[in-house]
Amino acid sequence: MSGLAILIPVALLMGLCGLVFFFWAMRNDQFDDLDGAAQRVLIDEEDEQP
Amino acid sequence: MNAITPASTGPSQSIVSRFAVPAIRCAGCISKIENGLNGAPGILSSRVNFSTKQVAITHLPEWDDDQLKRKIENLGFEAQILADNPLAEEKGSTDKLIRALAVAGFGMMNIMLLSVSVWSGATGVTRDLFHWLSALIAIPVIAYAGRPFFTSAAMALRYGRTNMDVPISIGILLATGLSLYETATGGAHAYFDGAVMLLFFLLAGRVLDGMMRDRAREGIGALLKQTAPGAMVIGNDRKTTWVAARDLQPDMQMMVAAGGNLAADGVIISGSSSFDCSLMTGESEPQPRGKGDLVLAGTLNLSSPVVVRITATGEDTSVSDITRLMDEAGQRRSFYVRVADRAARFYAPVVHSLALLAFVYWMFAGAGWHQSLLIAVAVLIITCPCALGLAVPAAQVVAAGALLRNGVMVKDGSALERLSEVDYALFDKTGTLTLGHPIPMNLDDLSLAQKQITLALGQASRHPISKGIRSGLLALDIEPAALDDIQEIPGEGMTARWGHVNVMLGKPERSEDHLSSQLSVGTDMVVLQLKDEIRPDAAEAIAELHALGLSSSIISGDNIRSVSLVSRTLNIFAQASASPQDKVEAITRLTDSGHKVLMVGDGLNDGPALAAAHVSIAPGSASDVGQQAADAVFTSESLMPVALSIKVARRTMQIVHQNFALAIGYNIFAVPLALTGMVTPLIAAIAMPLSSLIVVGNALRLNGAAK
Repeated sequence: MSGLAILIPVALLMGLCGLVFFFWAMRNDQFDDLDGAAQRVLIDEEDEQP
Repeated sequence: MNAITPASTGPSQSIVSRFAVPAIRCAGCISKIENGLNGAPGILSSRVNFSTKQVAITHLPEWDDDQLKRKIENLGFEAQILADNPLAEEKGSTDKLIRALAVAGFGMMNIMLLSVSVWSGATGVTRDLFHWLSALIAIPVIAYAGRPFFTSAAMALRYGRTNMDVPISIGILLATGLSLYETATGGAHAYFDGAVMLLFFLLAGRVLDGMMRDRAREGIGALLKQTAPGAMVIGNDRKTTWVAARDLQPDMQMMVAAGGNLAADGVIISGSSSFDCSLMTGESEPQPRGKGDLVLAGTLNLSSPVVVRITATGEDTSVSDITRLMDEAGQRRSFYVRVADRAARFYAPVVHSLALLAFVYWMFAGAGWHQSLLIAVAVLIITCPCALGLAVPAAQVVAAGALLRNGVMVKDGSALERLSEVDYALFDKTGTLTLGHPIPMNLDDLSLAQKQITLALGQASRHPISKGIRSGLLALDIEPAALDDIQEIPGEGMTARWGHVNVMLGKPERSEDHLSSQLSVGTDMVVLQLKDEIRPDAAEAIAELHALGLSSSIISGDNIRSVSLVSRTLNIFAQASASPQDKVEAITRLTDSGHKVLMVGDGLNDGPALAAAHVSIAPGSASDVGQQAADAVFTSESLMPVALSIKVARRTMQIVHQNFALAIGYNIFAVPLALTGMVTPLIAAIAMPLSSLIVVGNALRLNGAAK
């Protein structure tokens, strides 16, 4: 029983963290260009910069 | 127009400009554009958005939009300057819904965890503690995530109407209030999980609906061409400067190059040329205009440069008359009630009276007001209008996605509903039944070498005739010849040297009454005839519409001769020389005689008709006004998507009706349980998602509907 006093707040806190992170991601336009993100992995980084 | 944002890195203010680049197709294009732009001095950063086919460039004020556009074109991509995103506000509303959905999801999962332990036998202090925890999570979650429903319900009630948000809001508020009372008095049943889950499912429906609208609007936004974002204005010192359309003033003198659009109404003060007025009047043949003649904004200068004294700009141009007509015509459509709201008109009173009856019955049966209220809330929760709130948007989103893959962008769900009802199709001619751009008719008159030279010359020019010739030749797999000294002589054409021979593609010596172009190689001359052709499968599309029970006819602003040519080829009735007002009247006449009219049109002159019709479709080559006014836009050259979208829309409504039937079936099974007081929060928590999953699963069957 006493474990619940710790576990429930921890679970809620972790859920809230996820929620806050999702809000942050939305605010920073992380979901604006989903198809682009899939394409960008294919770009070869050329070693132009030292 | 351009958002000016304070620079975080640069010393002075940086500007963000946005361009539509439809040709972005792969990762290579992304890196080519970004690397090509990022190196240049004065450009701070550039970012390609692959999904919307747009490039956002952060740059110093020393670059203007036109230079940046040329810079992108030098990298090998056609680009169009985009005004600041006019849809930003619309997108904001979907973002708000997604946030509400995330919060509801968070609340639902946590409350469900607590509820599961209550259902599996927690009693006494533990149960009370878990109920309190649930309340602690649920109340802020409902307050935040329920706002879209509460505000909409309050709005409806204020005007004495009811929509589907009214029963939802009442159900949620009652369930929450009662659960709170249960919690405070240490009762056994709390419906926090049910209330939050209901919110979650309904929000999921709203988010789907919003995302579908955004996706189509973004696609259309990328298509929008700015007819003329500005003009080259001749100053007092005879120097020309670029002035944006909104800064143009009457009495300025603007220079309009061949192939350029007019940004304002005006009178020609020097030069003479032919103008393509098809966007304004529907007239397909070029109109000659000389000194002293009036030319209108939105028309295209075809043959030679002219200087125009501006008489009206912006709001005062003849375009604004059309805008006024469109506003009036659009009134009728705003009375359309979506199928979910129509169902809610019957659904809400039935559900409310059922719940009320249950309450009254149990009160008389002596169950006590507390027990009676619990049962009434169970009825409200179990009859959650998931079929209305989730199934309808789910079906429409899947159908719109299937149509999108076939090149039709439907702006919203109500458009699909209206599309399924049409029984009469009206077509504009120029740009709708025809392609709207000239196609060379006699390419066979050229030898292979001549074709290659023509292609090389045509590629170097941006004149609409050159574009027509170029696309005609590219379709024949012709390789361009190697030419030296390619030059554009304004108003005359393109010249170059082919080996030792002078070659030229330009104005024919003898002027024709339709579009033509002359190729000369040394002393050999060939005249190419160009015509605006009927779309390749217009006849099949009209036959298909006929099979679907739609009669078709043409209504065009063009003269009777060119209209009858098309109407005879396609074998349908036609009305010629129709003004925008005439088109609206024709639609009103048809509507009054009981028809639901589908208008297919592209030009500025079709705008009012597109807004007046029951539903409207525009081709992707349409004017901005046409695309804004239409409910759907198709991007292919073929006219078949019009028939396809009607087929898919009808199939969608079938599925929607099936979903209603499923929902009613579910209610017939579940409501008696609730009425007899046998529904506990546990049963509600199982039954609700089950019914939602079934209707969503049914909606997913539409995925293959557009094949």
